[in-house]
Amino acid sequence: MFHVKNKFLKQIIGSILDLLPIFVVIFIFQLFVLKQPIPNVADIAIGTIFVVLGLTLFIQGLEKSLFPIGENMAYAFAKKGSVPWLLAFAFSLGFGTTAAEPALIAVANEAARIAADGGMIQASEQAKISYATGLRFTVAASVGFAILLGVLRIIRGWPLHYLIIPGYIGVVIMTFFAPDAIIGIAYDSGGVTTSTITVPLVTALGVGLASAIQGRNPLTDGFGLIAFASLTPMIFVMAYGMVI
Amino acid sequence: MMSWITEIFSVLLSTIKDVAPILIIIVFFQLFVIKRQFAQLKNLMVGMVYVILGITFFLVGLDKALFPLGTLMAEQLTSKSFINPTTDQSISIAWQDYTWVYIFGACIGFATTLAEPALIAVAIKAQTISAGNIKAWYLRLAVSIGVSVGIALGTYRIVSGTELYLYIIAGYVIVIIQTMFAPKMIIGLAYDSGGVTTSTVTVPLVTALGIGLATAIPGRNPLLDGFGLIAFASLFPIIAVLAYAQITEWLTRRAQLKRPEEGD
Repeated sequence: MFHVKNKFLKQIIGSILDLLPIFVVIFIFQLFVLKQPIPNVADIAIGTIFVVLGLTLFIQGLEKSLFPIGENMAYAFAKKGSVPWLLAFAFSLGFGTTAAEPALIAVANEAARIAADGGMIQASEQAKISYATGLRFTVAASVGFAILLGVLRIIRGWPLHYLIIPGYIGVVIMTFFAPDAIIGIAYDSGGVTTSTITVPLVTALGVGLASAIQGRNPLTDGFGLIAFASLTPMIFVMAYGMVI
Repeated sequence: MMSWITEIFSVLLSTIKDVAPILIIIVFFQLFVIKRQFAQLKNLMVGMVYVILGITFFLVGLDKALFPLGTLMAEQLTSKSFINPTTDQSISIAWQDYTWVYIFGACIGFATTLAEPALIAVAIKAQTISAGNIKAWYLRLAVSIGVSVGIALGTYRIVSGTELYLYIIAGYVIVIIQTMFAPKMIIGLAYDSGGVTTSTVTVPLVTALGIGLATAIPGRNPLLDGFGLIAFASLFPIIAVLAYAQITEWLTRRAQLKRPEEGD
């Protein structure tokens, strides 16, 4: 019991250290650059306790649930030896986690507004909603495809940069043909697709697969799934902007 | 007090809504494809509750304590009264006027990335499977420095009004060149670190900074120029992590070269 308590305390101190820089930056700028007092001290104090507690709980839960789930499923699929089912799982995981991502919904709505302002679509509410929904599912499908491709890469043992560098070249070529208004959103959409829950799960899946399959190294082959998931949305969103 | 409780409940609900599709997919595949019970089900459920509660408290705390102040600061730092332009902005914009914005961007990018839960998760994993060869703390530091440089450069781009794609393409070229020379074991991790930097903590503050800046500067469209900072924050960590591995490798090689000389 004492050991558990000790570990929890250690984790809390770790969380405080992780969060300290944000507070230092904000307070220094508020007091010395903007030269203003700190507002709502009570709210900030309670909020700080919440953030520290939340980060501590998340990290504890990570090692108890998200990591083992991802790894165990990777081992089970590797043992079963059914590649189609594994790829189906990879696609659904990417698609399912992205379609409902709040950050993506916000970006898609923003994109619809820009498209309407730029005269690419009609300015009616309905046209905007259908544009935003289409974009959202395009990105979700692209992330599904990314995880699928990434898993296939781990199975086959292809070097990561053979796939990522052509992807970059694809992004650059698309940039010259895509409408100007969509480029910023497309570039940003690569960053917003990967949420706090998806990242640990997908990382554990990749590392688990690379450990379970003979001849693969968890370090060189296990990582890279997130990289695909940040790259394909850029290409797909620009393609969407060109087609619509 | 009431506002806290309602906030906690609404955030809890939306977190559960986020987790639900993931859980449904996992349970479906586990039961109908793998056809096995979950091992240590109780442990997994407790862990899942920890994750959901953890994210909820984290988000509520950020929303109450940090985001209002952080976004307000981003607005104030970019406002005309603070910048006090030295040139007539309708003719030209002096990028030097915005020095505090670049410094704030660099500092806030660094600090928020260090606290990013997804990055902590990946760093823990990397340290475990590399048997301690990659230190979680150094990896997070490298990524944070990358984001810091990225945001500073990204805010400069908004002020100077240069094209986004020029920076991104230049960044890609650097990444490709580094990939040819960097140790093979770091490449996957480096590429991944681009995607994990920008989630819960960094995005809201950085977006506020970008939009505030694009609104304050005449001739910039907040809808068009406000975007793009996230792209910077996803690209530069890749360069930073590759550089970290290259420097580490160079230092070890130099130490190995030195040793025989000392033996003479």
